[in-house]
Order: sequence, then C-alpha cells, then structure tokens
Amino acid sequence: MNALAEAFRLIITLDADLFEILWLSIRVSLIALAISAVISLPLGTWLAITRFPGRKFCILVLNALMGMPPVVVGLMVYLLLSRSGPLGWMGLLYTPTAMIIAQVVLITPIIAALSNQVIENLHQEYRDTFYSMGVTGRRAVVAYLVDARYALTTCILAGFGRAIAEVGAVIIVGGNIDHLTRVMTTAIALETSKGNLSLALGLGAVLLALSLLVNALVIGVREYAAKRQYA
Amino acid sequence: MPDSLLPIRIRDLRLSKGDRALLAGINLTIEDPGITVIMGPNGAGKTLLLRCLHGLIKPDRGQITLGPLGPESSRDQQAMVFQHPVLLRRTALQNLAFAAPELARSEPQRLISALAAVHLADRADQPARMLSGGEQQRLALARALLSQPALLLLDEATASLDPASVLVIESLVKAQSAQGTKVILISHDQGQARRLADEIVFISDGQITEQSPADSFFSAPRTPMARAYLAGEILL
Amino acid sequence: MKHLITCVALALSTPVLADTLVVQSTTSTENSGLYDHLMPILERETGVKVNVVAVGTGQAIKNAMRCDGDVLLVHSRPDEEKFVADGYGDYRRDLMYNDFVIIGPKADPARVAGAANVTEALQRIRETGARFASRGDDSGTHKKERLLWQEAAIDPDAGSGQWYLETGSGMGATLNTGVSLGAYVLSDRATWISFGNKQDSTIVFEGAPPLFNQYGVIPVNAGKCPTVNREAAEIFANWLLSESGQAAIGAYQVKGKQLFVPNANHKLNSSIESK
Repeated sequence: MNALAEAFRLIITLDADLFEILWLSIRVSLIALAISAVISLPLGTWLAITRFPGRKFCILVLNALMGMPPVVVGLMVYLLLSRSGPLGWMGLLYTPTAMIIAQVVLITPIIAALSNQVIENLHQEYRDTFYSMGVTGRRAVVAYLVDARYALTTCILAGFGRAIAEVGAVIIVGGNIDHLTRVMTTAIALETSKGNLSLALGLGAVLLALSLLVNALVIGVREYAAKRQYA
Repeated sequence: MPDSLLPIRIRDLRLSKGDRALLAGINLTIEDPGITVIMGPNGAGKTLLLRCLHGLIKPDRGQITLGPLGPESSRDQQAMVFQHPVLLRRTALQNLAFAAPELARSEPQRLISALAAVHLADRADQPARMLSGGEQQRLALARALLSQPALLLLDEATASLDPASVLVIESLVKAQSAQGTKVILISHDQGQARRLADEIVFISDGQITEQSPADSFFSAPRTPMARAYLAGEILL
Repeated sequence: MKHLITCVALALSTPVLADTLVVQSTTSTENSGLYDHLMPILERETGVKVNVVAVGTGQAIKNAMRCDGDVLLVHSRPDEEKFVADGYGDYRRDLMYNDFVIIGPKADPARVAGAANVTEALQRIRETGARFASRGDDSGTHKKERLLWQEAAIDPDAGSGQWYLETGSGMGATLNTGVSLGAYVLSDRATWISFGNKQDSTIVFEGAPPLFNQYGVIPVNAGKCPTVNREAAEIFANWLLSESGQAAIGAYQVKGKQLFVPNANHKLNSSIESK
C-alpha cells in the first residue's frame, strides 16, 4: 500500500523526474517498435508465403531467437558499439539510440515469429484464391499485412511489452545514466539496489498501469475487428 | 475478350494419393464454346480435374493444353469461383478493387456496375465477410468476371445457397457464356445442369465415362452409372 | 514511411556523448547520491556535463580499457595503479575516502561488535557459523573484503553457497540480500547510511584502520583511446581535486552525516572517526 501511495503521489504531483523517465521509456520502446515492425512484419510474412530450401530452418532460428536472454543481446550490442568495437566511431554507446538498437535486436525475432504464425494461418485460407487472381510477390506480402492488420497489432504489442519491460539489455548499453538513459526498468533496478523498495514498487506500479493501458487498447482493437469479421 | 482457350485437351491425366488413384487416366477434349457441366458422384475426381485445369494442382502424369497454352501459362485468362468463397477482410468494393487495381484507378464506376450486376450495389461499403453466404458468392463471381476471362471455372459455386442468389449467379454465368467465355462448372444439381448445360461430362472413379450434349445425356444416359446417378440411386 | 524517418531522426538526434563526459564509476558512489550532489555544482562552475555509468570497480576498469569512458573514479588502489602503469590512465590522484563497516543483525549472533580488530571480527563470523553476504563481483569493495579474509587466514570459498554467499551484484543488492537473511555484510559507509531497507540490521563493527576506503580519480589516456574527451576529463579531474570540488565533497551529507572525506589536498584530511 505504501508503494502504491508513493506511486500515486508521484503521478498526481506530476513529478518531473518520473515523467522524464517514463517518457524516455515510452519513446525508446516506440521507436524501437517502429523500426522493428518495418523489418519483422514483411520478414515474417515473406517466410510464411514463400517456399525455398532452408525456410523451415529460418523459422526455427527465428523461434529460437525469441528466447534470447536480453543480457546477451545487451552484451552483443555493447561490444558492437563500444568505442573499441566495430561501430565505436559512431559514439552511440550510453545513448538512447544504443538502447533503441538493443531493443530492436531483442524484439524483431519476436514480432517476426509471431507474425509468421499469423500470416501462415491466413495463407492457408487465401493461397488458392491469390493464385487464381495472380497475386504474388510484393503485392501478396502487402495484401497479407493489410488483411492481418488486427492480428498483427497483437504481435506488435507483444513486442512493445517485451521492449518496455526489459532491463538486462538497456542497462548494459544505456548505462542507466540519470537524465540521459535512465528508463523505468533501470530506475526500478537502481531504487531496489538503494533499498528504496517502496519507491521501486511504486515505479513498477506505474509500469504496470502503462501495460494495462496498452493491453486494454489491444482488446479494444480485437473486439472492433471481430465485430466487422476482420479478425 | 481475350483469345479463346479452346480446344481444351486433356491426355492421360493421372493423380494418386498413396496407392489410391484419384484421377485414373483422364482423356477429354472440349472443343465447343458454351457451358460444360461436370457431373458425377462424390469422390469421382471432379474438383481435382478442375483444379488441374486451373493449375492449382500438378498431376503426376498427363498433359493439359488450353489452346496453345498450359494451365499455368493461361492462368491470367482463367477465373475460378470456389465452393467456399474466400473474400478479403475489407469492404465489398475494396475486394473488387484489389482484384482489378488498374480498373479501380481508370474506371472505378465499372466496379460499381459489377456490384450492381450481382445486386450488391447497396452493399459496397459493407465488410465483405459480414455478407450472407449467397451475397459472398455473388461477390466472388463479380470479382472473377472483372478480368473478362476466356475460361470461367465454377466448383459447386451455388451449393447450399439461397434460391435468389442461385438465380442471380446462373443468369450471370449464362450471360457471360453468351459473350464468348467458355464456362466449365461442377454441379450436383440436376435442375441447374438442365438449365445451363450445353454439354455434360460424367466422371466416375477418376475416369470420364460419358461426354454428351446435354439433351441426349438427360434423355438417354449411356452408362448404367449415369442412369443410377440421375435416378438418385447413388448417394452423393 | 515518413513517420519512420522522423522517428529515426528523433532517435539519432538524442545527444551523442561527444560534448559530454563519461565517468566510469562504482555503484557505491552512485548509490550514495554523491553524484546528484556534485554534478550540478560542477556543471555550474565548469560547464562540463557529466554522465556517470555506475558498475563494479572491476567492470568500470574493463570498460575504461575498452575506451568506453573518459575518466575512472573507483576504489581499488592496486588495480588503479596497474591501470596507469599499463598506459590506460594518465595519472592517478587520491580524491577522497570513506570507510568500510561491517553490517549485521542487531542481535549480533557472532558477537562481532566486541571484536578487537577486523581479523577477530571475521574469525568470529566464521566460528559461529553465521552467514556472510559477499559482493562477489570483482568490485573495489569485493577486493577489499577478499583481502581482509586473507589477512584473517580464512578461505571463504570453501563455504561458498553455505555460509559464504556471493551475490555477484552491486552494494545495494548485496545489502538487500544480507539484511533479508540476517547475514553479515562488508559495506562502504556511504551506501549503508543512504540505504533505505535497513530493517533489523545495523553497523556492528567500524573504525579499524584496515577498513579505510580510498577513492582515486584517473583520466583515461588519450594515446590509448583517441576517442576520449581529454579536455573535459582534465577539467573534471582538476575541479574535483580543487578546493572548490573538495569542499563540495566534504559538504555532502545524508541524514545529517558526512559520507566522504576529501583528501586530495592532504592538509584537508581529518579522520573519519573524529566525526
């Protein structure tokens, strides 16, 4: 109760630090999501509707990457962006951009694998008709993406949930620097390590509220789609 | 209207699943325009034959030619209406626009008149999958006809539809045939076959057992199997 | 697509660290709140904007060796001197100190409070079978703790997982573990004073000379790491070592207690026990 009261106090007093951290969390994850969606949705769709040797293996790898520990992703991105790493000259380590890159790497396999499953089901239904209408290639990919738009929203939001709740990768590549790369999850880790457990829980409650909001949105979208037989 | 795909020649078409022969050496030549109705008991191979013609299935053996072309190379001159229509998760009008993007850009009013032809003008902006079964199949037919195909295939397209929809579809198919489109349709409905068919192809156990003008088929079927089928003695 | 480009542009427009300074430092200093106190003053007086990455001393040094920091501010003198000797740092200066304390449950089952010196305190913990939570993360505090066990002629690794619990985490996380388990913990005083989850634990042993905890500051060598912000690093180090910076360190208090004693200019030195 202490924790909730603290969280509530921070929210109603529009605590500037809290909102800076919250906004950075949302901004980083949304940008990562946008970039990841542009890569993963066409990739997942393409893998669902084309047939080539090694396709099954690609899907297997994609599914395996879904379970990749964030810390490993963080470490890989750290080594890449470290000033003595191959992309060190860009000076991106310990910036929000580094966190975005880590989150893109983390959630792209997730959205690609989930959307691959969605499109594969739709492909079962559409395949003969699309053949008959001569719909192939790019046009087919776009048509699948458009027609599965509501189911894909769920995939995308699963990616968003993973991105915004993730701590292991962003703390390594972001460094949890106050007013620069401190996000909700790294702030929670920090407050926990300072022994400020109720504040940490309060921040967790704020993150939970955000997650509830996002999920309510998903349910709303799904119901709308179901009503119009678009799901 | 594109060039005719006639004559359609099928030589020794074979397809088996495991050791069961589904198509057991089909030989068939269709030379005349008009409407050919394929009849036969369930599991005889009617749908497989139609799908082979459309290029959806590759046979194990045999040859199909449609005029100078094969099934796949003539695909864009063919159109097919399936037993269960698959419509996109969009409005009725958007379904037509998707099938004919150039037409939607250059002559959008043609899409409206295509909807009107199947009595769906007032449904243009409805989600297609909210339409009734009969309305969905009418929309599927309208979509198939947009490309003005040389060959129109219908696989039990009116099975279990409401009578009004059946009537709309039949009259449209007839009109399209009159404009020069070759129509091949599968039907279990003898009434429909009598109303539409110029020619009947009877298929049983993966083989063509009879190919006759419609009049003579119904008045004097040549095989005992066809006689029993017409008498309703074979379970569908 | 346009939106995406906007998004990417927005992402890339976030301040890149060229005009700012990255300090690789320790969780103990970060958790104590010292930087929140110092950095605004520093920024006001010198215009240098500092970003602090707080990790264990061992990792901070490794990160700096990979050129991912401009200045090192840690507390493990032998490692710091090796860092400079290997050419990674320009020089090392004493900056400030605090001291380590032994935290334990108020009931003090090992009677650590009555020990005559650190060695005896550790021996009592070992002999009574009480538990001890260790950082186990190669940090400055961890290195110090290992040294103290060595001096007490005890090999804690033999009891690892039984009575000797290596958390592999920062100071705060280790204190959380220790406090919850009623275990003893070696902590720097600063972190303990500002720690918010003390529950039933308290300082049971303090003030002995071996518990002295010296912090050093090292600008990273521009020859080894051409990307470092050498100029800002120099300003930062000089300010910390100046009277103004030293006074700011000395003025930092949590709950009415001074946490760090500045000792760059040894004239300013005063013993922490005298407070």
